[in-house]
Amino acid sequence: MRFTLSLGLVLGLALAAPAFAADTTTGEQWPLKRQEWSFEGVFGKYDQTDLQHGFQVYKEVCSACHSLNRVAFHTLSEPGGPGFSEAQMKAIAAGYQVLAGPNDKGETTDDKGNPLKRPGIPADYFPPPFPNENAARASNGGALPPDLSLIVAARNGGPDYVFSILTGFHEKTPDGFKVTDGKYFNPYFPGWNISMPPPLQDGQVTFNDWDPKKKATVADEAYAVANFLAWTSEPHLDDRHRIGVGVMVFLIVLSGLLYLSYRQVWKDAH
Amino acid sequence: MSGPSTYVPQTGFTRWLDSRLPLLRFSHDTMMTFPTPRNLNFWYAFGAILTFCLGAQIVTGIVLAMHFDPSGAVGAVPGSSLAFDSVQSIMRDVNYGWMLRYLHANGASMFFLAVYIHMFRGLYYGSYKAPREILWILGVIIYLLMVITAFMGYVLPWGQMSFWAATVITNLFSSLDQITGGIKAGSHIATWLWGGFAVGDPTLNRFFSLHYLLPFVIAGVVGLHIWALHVPGNNNPLGIDVKGPQDTLPFHPYYTSKDAFYVGLFAILFAFLVFFAPEFVGNPDNNIPANPLVTPPDIVPEWYLLPFYAMLRSIPQKLIGVLVLGGAIVTLAFIPWLDTSRVRSNRFRPLMKQFFWLFVVDCLLLGYCGALSVDAARFGIPMVWVARLGTAYYYAFFWVIMPVVGLIESPKPLPDSIAKSVLGNVAAAPAE
Repeated sequence: MRFTLSLGLVLGLALAAPAFAADTTTGEQWPLKRQEWSFEGVFGKYDQTDLQHGFQVYKEVCSACHSLNRVAFHTLSEPGGPGFSEAQMKAIAAGYQVLAGPNDKGETTDDKGNPLKRPGIPADYFPPPFPNENAARASNGGALPPDLSLIVAARNGGPDYVFSILTGFHEKTPDGFKVTDGKYFNPYFPGWNISMPPPLQDGQVTFNDWDPKKKATVADEAYAVANFLAWTSEPHLDDRHRIGVGVMVFLIVLSGLLYLSYRQVWKDAH
Repeated sequence: MSGPSTYVPQTGFTRWLDSRLPLLRFSHDTMMTFPTPRNLNFWYAFGAILTFCLGAQIVTGIVLAMHFDPSGAVGAVPGSSLAFDSVQSIMRDVNYGWMLRYLHANGASMFFLAVYIHMFRGLYYGSYKAPREILWILGVIIYLLMVITAFMGYVLPWGQMSFWAATVITNLFSSLDQITGGIKAGSHIATWLWGGFAVGDPTLNRFFSLHYLLPFVIAGVVGLHIWALHVPGNNNPLGIDVKGPQDTLPFHPYYTSKDAFYVGLFAILFAFLVFFAPEFVGNPDNNIPANPLVTPPDIVPEWYLLPFYAMLRSIPQKLIGVLVLGGAIVTLAFIPWLDTSRVRSNRFRPLMKQFFWLFVVDCLLLGYCGALSVDAARFGIPMVWVARLGTAYYYAFFWVIMPVVGLIESPKPLPDSIAKSVLGNVAAAPAE
């Protein structure tokens, strides 16, 4: 066991050792701003309010450029998610226009050549803001805004990365570092030159359940949307933790019983 | 050591069956009465643990294969592939699909953790020495098959790391071009493996096919491994031969109960990883769909291959690097003849024991080097040189230290018998 643990430890160090360098002009990523997340730890769960706020930030801000291709509307009202009611979820879905199939004349476009669309239903996925990659690049100075469905799972640091990027635009550019034309300085982005303009402003999103006088800061908005994107990356995290606790209890009791039977069998053997 | 069968059929049906297909007799003799040294410790539980791992991988893998689509073609999600999408569908839509996949992905890590402990245990107690050479070599073959299977499994989700790991590893073969002149045999092998002129859809298809096949080949070789175990019987921590029935216990219920307990402990660690740190051994880049036009900043294999990866990268000449990598595994098959000591167990080999633990540290150090980027330095030391030293020690351990130490070392005196050392002189005196 001791060996197993030390192997695990060394292994952990080997894999976890991140290359955090000091503030230089090399473009090396700054250490991320560690946040506390409700879904961390053995008993961690998503916070429904944070997820709903985060959804609102995605819908009102991020979705202008970023797709969310892998998320279906019906998941918005499923357990372990933002916890919208079924009626709310249907209303959200109906608020989006998705590509319709051919109509009864076999046409896929209208008179002007635009693709036929219809309001979304629960089984639909969030429609992308751009029809294809070239259109997305053309609107974003050549850069492709990544799909956000898996962004938390696909970046080192996960939600801390998303939070740090979104709140990292106001940092002062270090002397001697020249920001590339058409790019923005963000020290939490590897290379420091990010194509995304600062997306969030203080008070940009109004959370309905908040006191109207209280304005959401950039950090509030970033925190909320990082929560939401953590959920889109792993929608079954709540299940995983809940089932995991049960599995651990079961296995510990089982191992206890197995230990007792082992001692019983061996008691006269030595 | 299996000895004459003691099975006595009890009913009319079992007597009828026994004279036609003695399946119950075989099971009885191999899994119930099989005489097992009475002094096997915790480290001997890993045989059972590995059987559990193989079973778990096959069961979860078969169900995953029902939901997986081994195609690199683009589906509904732009910039992705049907393979990547089907893995996401398993994670999101399939009932408990996330659990199956996390069990399978982390199961591979647990499998390797167990096999490494099992191998180090064999190395420490001299379990490869006569008459167990074939047993050991079958083990090396199983390990090699595991590496190939795991590598192909890592490719299947068709993420960035999948794609680029496949590219790096299959390209190793093209290094053979350097010695085959104008024929370019290495490149031809790579093309043949890919089913095209680069890693692509055909590669994914065939890797899936082989990833499904090889576990059953492993199961077959495991059968031979256990057969080869049951002829000479288990080695034991003392490394001395079993001298009679007083030295052994029937496998059941003694070792079934002991192994079951340790499998339980292993399952706790396994479950912890699956439910509370399922991405701990993963790489975030593999959540990005494979893109042949974008190379990830660092291409790293899974942790269990990092020591070999460190060896490969530490050699600047590609072909030699590949040979060093392959040689590191092939070397294992020669151990039974490289060890010149007449004593099996390191318990009685004061000098070899120290080299053994240094070797364990060396493997961990190589793994650490493999996880870093090539140009990394720690405490001002370029880690590529640490990896070179580590590689040198790896080879020296088997090809120099093992033969030499066996000749010059004077081992401690061996106990007379297993029974005596376990039970003390009193109980051992009357031979039962």
